[in-house]
Amino acid sequence: MAEIDRDKLLDIYTRTMKVNRTDEKFRELLMQGKVAVMYYCVRGQELVSGAAMAALDDEDYVVCTYRGQGEQTAKGIPMEKWWGECLGKATGTCKGKGGTMHITDPDTGIMVTTGVVGSGLPIANGLAMASQNNGDGRVTLVSFGDGAANIGGFHEAMNMAQLYKLPVVFLCQNNRYGEHTAYADHTDSPNIGSRAASYGMKGVTVDGNDVNQIYPAMEEAVEHARSGKGPVLVEAMCYRMMGHFFGADFSYMPPEHIEEMKAEDPLPKLRKVMLERQFTEEELDKIVAEIDAQIDAAVQHALDAPLPDTDEIYKDVLEEVN
Amino acid sequence: MAEITMTEALNKAIDEAMAEDDGVFCLGEDVSAKQGGGVFKVTSGLTEKYGEHRIRATPISETAIIGAAVGAALAGQRPIAEIMLMNFVGVCMDQIVNHAAKLRYMSGGQTPCPIVIRTTTGVGVGFGGQHSDMLEAWFAHVAGMHVVTPSNAADARGLMRSAIDANDPVVFIENILCYGLKSEDPGPGYRVPLGKASVPKEGSDISLITYGRTVLDALEVAGELEEEGISVEVIDLRTIAPYDEETVLASVRKTGRALTLHEAVRPFGTGAEIAANIQEKCWDSLKGPVRRIGGTFAAVPFATHLEQAWIPNKSEIVEQIKASVGKA
Repeated sequence: MAEIDRDKLLDIYTRTMKVNRTDEKFRELLMQGKVAVMYYCVRGQELVSGAAMAALDDEDYVVCTYRGQGEQTAKGIPMEKWWGECLGKATGTCKGKGGTMHITDPDTGIMVTTGVVGSGLPIANGLAMASQNNGDGRVTLVSFGDGAANIGGFHEAMNMAQLYKLPVVFLCQNNRYGEHTAYADHTDSPNIGSRAASYGMKGVTVDGNDVNQIYPAMEEAVEHARSGKGPVLVEAMCYRMMGHFFGADFSYMPPEHIEEMKAEDPLPKLRKVMLERQFTEEELDKIVAEIDAQIDAAVQHALDAPLPDTDEIYKDVLEEVN
Repeated sequence: MAEITMTEALNKAIDEAMAEDDGVFCLGEDVSAKQGGGVFKVTSGLTEKYGEHRIRATPISETAIIGAAVGAALAGQRPIAEIMLMNFVGVCMDQIVNHAAKLRYMSGGQTPCPIVIRTTTGVGVGFGGQHSDMLEAWFAHVAGMHVVTPSNAADARGLMRSAIDANDPVVFIENILCYGLKSEDPGPGYRVPLGKASVPKEGSDISLITYGRTVLDALEVAGELEEEGISVEVIDLRTIAPYDEETVLASVRKTGRALTLHEAVRPFGTGAEIAANIQEKCWDSLKGPVRRIGGTFAAVPFATHLEQAWIPNKSEIVEQIKASVGKA
């Protein structure tokens, strides 16, 4: 397999660290009590999002889930708007009416963030159907977890996407838990990726903690979809290192397993690859410091931002027709 | 003017919209030419004109059908999704209620969802418990969508054009027993605005508020009672939600009496909402309680005589009107 282009590697690193630093900051604010909202941690899954978004073009569409911080920030939502929405402010992407589980930013291609497990897949097909109808060349990527692979919409969407050869990439982030239920307690088949074959679809299962596996797989999947050959299912094996949402009891996650999985942590592994590819410690630290500064400014902007007008509750229900 | 059936009216409206806008396309089970143009032939002849990409025959996958319509709408297209029979909405309620209806609001107005969900239903054809229900109240209870049903072919043509024009989801209910009804063809480009009721018969003693197939019963009863000296005003809502409150309230203020009538079961039905609203806003004009008629609170039975006993019938309408006007 060809080496990842050095510029692309830097791009992946930057996106991945943006996801990680955003996650760290969010947990810090929650711990300090400065913010009290639902937040679904992405610790352990940052690289999957970073690599997937680096494989897309700016114009491509993304559908993600409540655990979608990674896709959202790595795709490039302006941080001020992202934090504004998470804090329920008028300056948020959705004027504070969507919140952490419903971030939408069509300008950067984040078309839907669904709070319902598995509901994104059928919608992704529709975005891709529009691209197929109007020939705009876009690819739609839908991200979901292993839990979503067991809901009916997964089956309906996979079959339909393959039937019509829609330009969709189905990205299953197998983080080993469906909400609070371990993979082995909700699924007996060894993986999700092999399910693609039953739809006649191309499917792969790759290590989502290894940039040299996940990025080439994503790049190939996006290329396959864009060229009109049809959808691809990519299962990225990763590990949700924390509970289902911030503050949730995760005593069901065996501590020894969490400890064991630390060896698989994608971030030290990515840093090691970066160093091997002749990036220096200083360069990498500088990137993170710049991201931190951007995040700090965005958080402050969001904290200082006005609340939405109460009148907003009546707006955007239906189109205002005069 | 030539006459058209409701089936032809719907077909012409869709055809016209597809000819004018490349972004309009149909999807659903059995809708394309290969399957005969839809089980009730509403999309007949359109595959030949617009191709299989714009008349997409789908697998039996209601969640995928509505999901695809939602996604395409977010990308700027105007899909017309068919759910063959209304009871099958049970399969895809998440996509309709949690997604189609809410995406405009949850995105702060960034992602409107202009889809038409065409669906067929109706009691009286022997389809039994899972193919007959009028479920309009399920959708009327959800903010963010329109619910529409025509009672005649001309309205069907006009309402369908307006539904396709609308920048929000529209659930468009077609009653099986109405497909063959004929009207004078209102012609190309005809539109009936959403949210506007019609008053097919004026009257002064009582307002009979209804929609869909039961408009036919209402008009028949109103004609018969006219001969007995009871003047019934019939209101055809056409848009069930959000409904034309202005027309309804003005009528009740005039007549002082109201009766709601629908095929759907009575408890928690749309008639209950309309009756409550009338009582809040027209209390001083009312000469008696607002009355409600709806289907029997049970699943629709199969045997013909049971099914006929289940449906609100004309004698029940006559009885309720006479009781209301004091001539029972």
